[in-house]
Amino acid sequence: MPDSAIAAARPPESSGRRHAWLGLLLLMAPALVWLVGLIVLPHLELAVLSLRARVAPRVYEFSFDQYRTFIDEPLYWNTFVRTAGISILATFCTLLIAFPVAWHIAKVARGRVKSVLFVLCLIPFWVSETVRTLGWMILLRESGVLPRLLVDLGVTAAPVEMLYHDATILVGLVYTSMLFMVVPLVSALESLDDSLIEAAYDLGGNGWSILRQIVVPHAAPGIAAGSIVVFMLTLGNYLTPTLLGGKNSLWFTEQIYAQFITRFNWEQGAAFGFLLLVLSTAIVWLGLKLTGQRFGDVMRRA
Amino acid sequence: MIPSLPRSRISRYATAGYVAAFFAFLFVPLVIVAAFAFNDASYPAPPWRGFTLDWFTGGGAKGRTGLFADASLLKSVATSVFVACWVTVLSVAVGTVNAFLLERAEFRGKSALSLLMLAPLVIPGVILGISILAFASRLAQFADDVWGLELDFLRPGLPLVIAGQFSYIVSIATLTIAARLKRFDATLEEAAFNLGASRAAALWTVTLPYLKPALIGAAAISFLMSFENFNTTLMLVGSDPPLTIMMYGRMREGASPVLNAVSLFLMVASAGIALVLMRRPEAGGRRD
Repeated sequence: MPDSAIAAARPPESSGRRHAWLGLLLLMAPALVWLVGLIVLPHLELAVLSLRARVAPRVYEFSFDQYRTFIDEPLYWNTFVRTAGISILATFCTLLIAFPVAWHIAKVARGRVKSVLFVLCLIPFWVSETVRTLGWMILLRESGVLPRLLVDLGVTAAPVEMLYHDATILVGLVYTSMLFMVVPLVSALESLDDSLIEAAYDLGGNGWSILRQIVVPHAAPGIAAGSIVVFMLTLGNYLTPTLLGGKNSLWFTEQIYAQFITRFNWEQGAAFGFLLLVLSTAIVWLGLKLTGQRFGDVMRRA
Repeated sequence: MIPSLPRSRISRYATAGYVAAFFAFLFVPLVIVAAFAFNDASYPAPPWRGFTLDWFTGGGAKGRTGLFADASLLKSVATSVFVACWVTVLSVAVGTVNAFLLERAEFRGKSALSLLMLAPLVIPGVILGISILAFASRLAQFADDVWGLELDFLRPGLPLVIAGQFSYIVSIATLTIAARLKRFDATLEEAAFNLGASRAAALWTVTLPYLKPALIGAAAISFLMSFENFNTTLMLVGSDPPLTIMMYGRMREGASPVLNAVSLFLMVASAGIALVLMRRPEAGGRRD
């Protein structure tokens, strides 16, 4: 990094204004190259692509055809709605499963046990999603561990195929997102003062009313942060739905991949990409509005 | 509820049971993957047929090519390491400059810029991939049309993979480093100036050593996230696939325990990187 840039950021009295301005520009240059070159312009390109149609070889004109195809073709919007629905369901399940564990780590476990449990939550997520999905495939496929176990226990007569169901996709998605729910929940619950819960109990609150009136309002920022991150990651996931859901998975990112890479129909793929981006942004925005959070705070927490 | 409140024995047992079941859920898939790397069968499925190291050291006998003899798999590991090194160096370098920009400089539009820096984290990886692919292709087309230049690095391949991964990993590096720089006591730098240090000397001997834990943390996270990235890479990959793409392709074709072997290798490697981070809890930042 150029020293002059740092110097200019907090200019000593001797350096002139032009020097300071040049320094600021140098300090800003990497960020501008990154944000303009890799984020802003590529997304503009995507928008342009999605709003044109090919009328002749190498001749294009402005049109809404790509978006019209999306509306006219039930397969596409069914996949879209389905992806959104399963993502919301997966986010909800992740929250339900993670909350008691986060509570246990934040409020019940003490000292060494507490830090060990927390680290244990993190460990599986240091391993690639590919590896975790491989684990589920070995566990659930017809010749896999779980169907075999069910036969051995006499529950089923013959091994059942446990892959390629919607429930399988859901399990995989919940599994793969768990970390991003547990961590913000633990930090939100840790900041809750135990004496508030004791006071509520002394005043006659029971488990349910304490949870509803004391714990959840306090943990709301953590719940929002975790849910938003989990939802985004689930919606944009490709690996888990394709491998665990097989041909029936009908995940929207697969449609984008199919248009872009397999069929080389970039205009259609770009329109699908934009629709996914709009859906993702809309639900994140809605989540922030409903819980009264600011985007920057949530991202820093997550 | 919390331990200071009376709890029935049943509720305590139920909680303990629930937590135990949760951790079983977390670890069973990984244990299964590791165990079947040593099963003496050509398919990773029960029953257990005895212990073997064929899937690590096998040289092709009995139709078993182990990890260390599987040239294409090893090459994809090398590709992943190559990409991850580039992404790490770029992300930490740019992340450090960004941290100084956000914490030290004052200019109009700063809050907008800092929000824009977070944006890549909320864009699905698939879309980052296709947008960069489309834009790079337009640039390549433009260079070809105007100057007759054939710019291969703008076609799907490792340079684009590096750019795609960098485009959002640098956000995380920036957050990690800026968080530590924010807590830096500026009087330390002033003391260095009073003692006659130049800007460069103060930066090099005071500020950067203070940032070191965050720099190491950001580097470890960047490396790991690059190594594990799938979505963005899938869209930008050319003819030499990194490991995650290679594994995905093989998993679709069918299962072979050599994938378990390489997975076990990955677990051990990432546990090593995790240990570096765990010993430096202040480095922080755990996001995907």
